[in-house]
Amino acid sequence: MKLQLNGEAVESAATTLDAFLTEQGYGEAKVATAVNGSFVPAMMRAGQALSDGDAIEVLAPMQGG
Amino acid sequence: MRDFYGTTLANGFMLGTAQYPSPAILAEAFKRSGASVATVSLRRESGQDRAGQDFWAMIKGLGVHILPNTAGCHSVKEAVTTAHMAREVFDTKWIKLEVIGEEDTLQPDVFGLTEAARILTEDGFQVFPYTTEDLVVADKLLNAGCEVLMPWGAPIGSGLGLNNLFGLRAMRAHFPDVPLVIDAGLGLPSQAAQAMELGYDAVLLNTAVAKAGDPALMAEAFATAIAAGKQAAEADPMEPRDMAAPSTPVIGKAFLS
Repeated sequence: MKLQLNGEAVESAATTLDAFLTEQGYGEAKVATAVNGSFVPAMMRAGQALSDGDAIEVLAPMQGG
Repeated sequence: MRDFYGTTLANGFMLGTAQYPSPAILAEAFKRSGASVATVSLRRESGQDRAGQDFWAMIKGLGVHILPNTAGCHSVKEAVTTAHMAREVFDTKWIKLEVIGEEDTLQPDVFGLTEAARILTEDGFQVFPYTTEDLVVADKLLNAGCEVLMPWGAPIGSGLGLNNLFGLRAMRAHFPDVPLVIDAGLGLPSQAAQAMELGYDAVLLNTAVAKAGDPALMAEAFATAIAAGKQAAEADPMEPRDMAAPSTPVIGKAFLS
């Protein structure tokens, strides 16, 4: 299925957000996630089903003012 | 010192973590600054390089309070969603709420800001709103649940200092019990001292330190100025006057003409 990860097109076999993060190499990284503009808390990722065309944002700590 | 949602800070120095020449210089600047709060952000993370993980490990090692921001957000939805993501990643209720309304000045959209502040406060956040010195907006932010106000000194990154002394002085007088932070626009330590002399509780700055030729030295200079300004405010400064008043006693002066 075709998904968007941080604005880039990716092909994925994952059916849940949890599996998608593992597939994309995030492992145990400290990240926050959103699907189609809505926040998905870490504890809900396993139950978050993904559909073709979904836009996923994966954010992490970064420098800020 | 007024506290920030129940937290008493060791000093009034809040320092940003962006734009430093290197992580080592950032760490050295924080060490020399003695800053009690570090502002941080959230950005897209790649599953390959995972750059944010090293940064986060370093920031945690600084041992300061963490204040995540919603920098770059232009809508209420964007800011609220970013705040939720920041709360999970940084494990803090604190959020520096920015809803930008104008690109050239990065002036806050105070209408969106107030709405986002209300939504986030109702959801348990402790909001630090980046606002203007407008007293009516300030009142609405307090009504929305904010217990701290952060008016700008000048546009973000401009280094112009305190552009509206009258407005900032009025804000301090109008809200004597509210913790006030000058957020953005400071370029020199003297401007930070001036903010503290006005009775402000803290200053938040980034570019003035990060873009200095020697960021660590500038961080220390700001720390000294902030401490001096705070002492001056506590010492109850004299009232300025238009005409001269001799400081040396006139009584007892010799008659020599």
